Amino acid sequence: MIRDIVCTFCGNACDDIEFEGDYGRNLCPIGEAKFAKKERIKAPMVDGKEVSYEEAIERAAEILKEAKRPLLFGWSSTVNEAIRLGVLLAEKVGGIYDQCSSVCHAPTTLAMIEEGIVGGTLGQAKNRADVVVFWGCNPVEAHPRHPTRYSVMAKGFLTRSRAERRVVVVDVRKTPTAYLATDFYMVEPGSDFMVFTALRSIVNGHEEAVPEEVGGLTKNELKSLAEILLKARYGLIFFGLGVTHSRGHERNVEAVIKLVQDLNRKTRFILQPMRGHFNVVGSGEVAAWEAGFEYAIDFSRGYARFSPGEFTAVEALIRGDCDAAMIVASDPAAHFPKKAVESLKEIPVIQIDPHPNLTTKLADVVIPTAIVGIEAEGTIYRMDGVPLRVKKIRESDYPSDVEILEKILEKVIS
Amino acid sequence: MSVIYIKGGIVVDPTQGIDGEIMDIFVKDGKIVEESGAGKADTVIDAKGMTVVAGGIDIHAHIAGPKINAGRAMRPEDMKYARNKSGPLRCAMGRVLMTCPAIGYEYARMGYTTAIEPATPALYAIHTHEELDSIPMVDKAVLPLFGNWHLTFKFAAEGDIEKMKAFIAWAIERSKGFGVKVVNPGGVEAWKYGRNVHSLDERIPGFEATPAEVLSTLIKASIELNLPHKVHVHCNNLGVPGSAETTAETIKLAEKIGASKDGRESLHITHIQFNAYTGEKWRDMGSGAEELSKLVNRTPVTVDMGQPIFGHTTTMTADGPFEFALHKLFKSKWINKDVEIETGGGIVPITYRAKSPVNAVQWATGLEFGLLVDADKVVISTDYPNGGPFVEYPYIMTLLMSRKFREKEIEEKGVNSYIEKATSLPSLDVERTFYEIVKMTRSTPAKILGLENKGTLKVGADADITIYPFDCRNVSPEDYEVLLKGLRSVAYTIKDGEIVVKDGEIAKEVWGRTFWVNAVKGATQEIIEEDLNEVFRYYTVSRGNYGVREEWIRRPETIAIEE
Amino acid sequence: MIEVVVITGRTTDQGMTIDEKLSEAYMKAVSFCEMNEKDMEKLGVKDGDRVLVKSELGEVVLYVRKPEMDLQPPEGLIFIPMGPYANRVVGALNGSGTPQYKGIKATVEKTDREVVPVQEILNF
Repeated sequence: MIRDIVCTFCGNACDDIEFEGDYGRNLCPIGEAKFAKKERIKAPMVDGKEVSYEEAIERAAEILKEAKRPLLFGWSSTVNEAIRLGVLLAEKVGGIYDQCSSVCHAPTTLAMIEEGIVGGTLGQAKNRADVVVFWGCNPVEAHPRHPTRYSVMAKGFLTRSRAERRVVVVDVRKTPTAYLATDFYMVEPGSDFMVFTALRSIVNGHEEAVPEEVGGLTKNELKSLAEILLKARYGLIFFGLGVTHSRGHERNVEAVIKLVQDLNRKTRFILQPMRGHFNVVGSGEVAAWEAGFEYAIDFSRGYARFSPGEFTAVEALIRGDCDAAMIVASDPAAHFPKKAVESLKEIPVIQIDPHPNLTTKLADVVIPTAIVGIEAEGTIYRMDGVPLRVKKIRESDYPSDVEILEKILEKVIS
Repeated sequence: MSVIYIKGGIVVDPTQGIDGEIMDIFVKDGKIVEESGAGKADTVIDAKGMTVVAGGIDIHAHIAGPKINAGRAMRPEDMKYARNKSGPLRCAMGRVLMTCPAIGYEYARMGYTTAIEPATPALYAIHTHEELDSIPMVDKAVLPLFGNWHLTFKFAAEGDIEKMKAFIAWAIERSKGFGVKVVNPGGVEAWKYGRNVHSLDERIPGFEATPAEVLSTLIKASIELNLPHKVHVHCNNLGVPGSAETTAETIKLAEKIGASKDGRESLHITHIQFNAYTGEKWRDMGSGAEELSKLVNRTPVTVDMGQPIFGHTTTMTADGPFEFALHKLFKSKWINKDVEIETGGGIVPITYRAKSPVNAVQWATGLEFGLLVDADKVVISTDYPNGGPFVEYPYIMTLLMSRKFREKEIEEKGVNSYIEKATSLPSLDVERTFYEIVKMTRSTPAKILGLENKGTLKVGADADITIYPFDCRNVSPEDYEVLLKGLRSVAYTIKDGEIVVKDGEIAKEVWGRTFWVNAVKGATQEIIEEDLNEVFRYYTVSRGNYGVREEWIRRPETIAIEE
Repeated sequence: MIEVVVITGRTTDQGMTIDEKLSEAYMKAVSFCEMNEKDMEKLGVKDGDRVLVKSELGEVVLYVRKPEMDLQPPEGLIFIPMGPYANRVVGALNGSGTPQYKGIKATVEKTDREVVPVQEILNF
């Protein structure tokens, strides 16, 4: 039996998975699916024809060297060791490094640049928090074991059970997560900024400034919610893409950061973004220590420049700035807006991934690799930045992302 | 590995009492060797008229891990400064905060060859080692944080030195760390309740222990474990008027316990400047450096300066409540992180202004320590990035060596005249000799860290060498400009026997070692098994996933402590 | 035809099939929209029927799904699982770098057009 396996699906990175042969324990349904055997890309391909790894790597290096400004995108579902090579590669070819955050929690980074962030590890949810708020997120479907492992039912040393936690859910629709809530507040889509601001007014003693209705909540509802927050001994707001993907984006996140700053003048409160992929945090952290910034980094001038909206993948593609793309451990063809996918179809695309997906369908070079956390090991960062080492639990004939990227980098430099 | 002869240089090596003698130094296979054992030279450096010293050692710089990296992400305005374009070397970014390649290159260009990251949550040690592994050029090590760990409180309350020893050994093995760091003992735990602790004898919320008990048990356990580097403490009450008293009390704890078995000091007070203010409010704040320096000089304690540099920087410390106070004071952006049941931390940007009376006192206080504490007991530091960039060490060295330069800086920068009332700096005529500066940047930190092959040019030592392009015997404090220029522009840096810097430019990218201390043989590990299993019920990672394996580190080097 | 606001997001089924994007199961998981019963009545559609969703960014044909239990969105709001179908009608740009995947104005009408198989979803 192999113990302490880290699940490589969501930002929970649950590290208590056990495997006895093919039988896994402690997995959620999505985790079970993650570890189940499924269709793979059989062999490397160039222009739809199966080729050797050497040929595919050669062609990939050629594309990157010939391109004026290739986009190197993805990274959130691989290990830091591969990500580091990706940043080096982007630097050496004078390309753009961008990662999945730019289509999910990048507004959180932008808000952090303005305001910082008051955070903590998930252990604070487990051990201390007596008020837990889920705002614009749906962990029951996106981070299934979050409530049991960390935030709702977990047994901590100060907060010892579900009964000792007040659980609040705020969303634009009733989600399965709302079933866990002590209190559920339904707000109007796109109203987060206003609701956070109204709550700040009440928390800071300026109740009179709040109108009778804000974002679908009555003043009394807002007051009761503010009351819950203020009564917390140690409160925690988890927020998701409901906040970052809606109108206002980083302004919404700034508003909730400021709310939490204000709350810390009355009691203790922290904030935690519900990061999606198991290593989306690493794809920002590695870039920050290697190049100074988390995402949207352009190296075309030989040094790193950070400019969201300019060097973020979607905009760069739509503007036609990138004349080639390398996609690692991600599927932008499925997850980018249509216009960006159109641009991707126009340029040479290299894909490095274990599984066939929509990006495979438009890629010129496809290089299949081992599945991180199942067939290849390495370091990943959980949603709260806690580093974990993912394991190799099955043998595989596929090379790892690291091995492939090392070879491409070698060819690009020489 | 090649053989290098360094011919005819003016050698300064306090570990051998050599002060400006013309000598040849021989390097082979990364070590300093006798002439007879060197063999034929591959490279001969004509060091005539140049000064040859050991490579510099930074005992306290936050260069790697979750804190500095969160700081980078929060401050693109600081990171956008390009130091080096991508080419044969990496692109290097950052003005005060820097990327890993920039940190390595700048240390080497300054003649520094070793740097210690002084604070990582053990939980985040994997991350910290990843960043250390991305810093080229220097040797490094990391100190895990102990001062707010629940198990530390438990063993301190029980006064159980044996368990504390076992716990220290376990934690530094798991984090591949080098020693024991303590930050605001008890205060970071109290911050999780929205509070702080304000004296050494206050009870820590939720526990029976006091900060004094935490410190004393950790110091005693570190002595008994024979750790090469003893307890490295960021005192309680940092950064506020009245902190000098807390620091004095902390020093007296070590005085009571006594020196290490090998005679070395038993406590290192880090960035003492930040913890050395008298007065009750900011209005009557003053420097406690004179009194504290006297105390340090007669007790088994060492210090580093924590010198502020006028200009902007980013503060970052495990001292969560202090960072919250800064955020409230400056209304600036603020990162906080509460880390499981072991520590916490915060990050806030700051600007040190010469015209601000408080900042002026801080500046003067740091220099007072640099001038008044024995050169065998004080190390130059800025507590990077808290006081400012480490690239300003040559500037600090020059300030310490030249009163005239201090006077010029006070005049030109318009340093607030409140320092005349609140500090002794303006009246101090002490001028450090070059020999003393070499101690404060080489032999003293090496001794405090217990790194016998560092900070020295003795035969057998690591061939980490700085060659300055001037004759140290001929520089006078009057010619501070010559001095500053010379200290800033290193002729050669040699790392592990290879020339890595020539004429101030990186000649070769190399990768240093990461030292870690294995002390598990020094304590019975079994006695804390149950305690560990109990606390891991309150972690969100399994015990089996906690910590760093040696094979995950680029070039680990174990310092094994025998029973 | 009714006017709606579109939101997108993860679902358990989408998560379970994410590594098998070219499969029927994935298509089933991401090619529908959930709407309020009253909106379904207004459109005269029932569970499994097809609707055409149009926004400034494009259009897409989706199956209608009646949500389980009381989990229906409020009137005027439709939910589409994140993925290539949703991305035909969401993802407005506003300069910050992150597309607006939620809160997009659209219209919904009943249609007889077929839902494009996932294998062909990039043929535009």
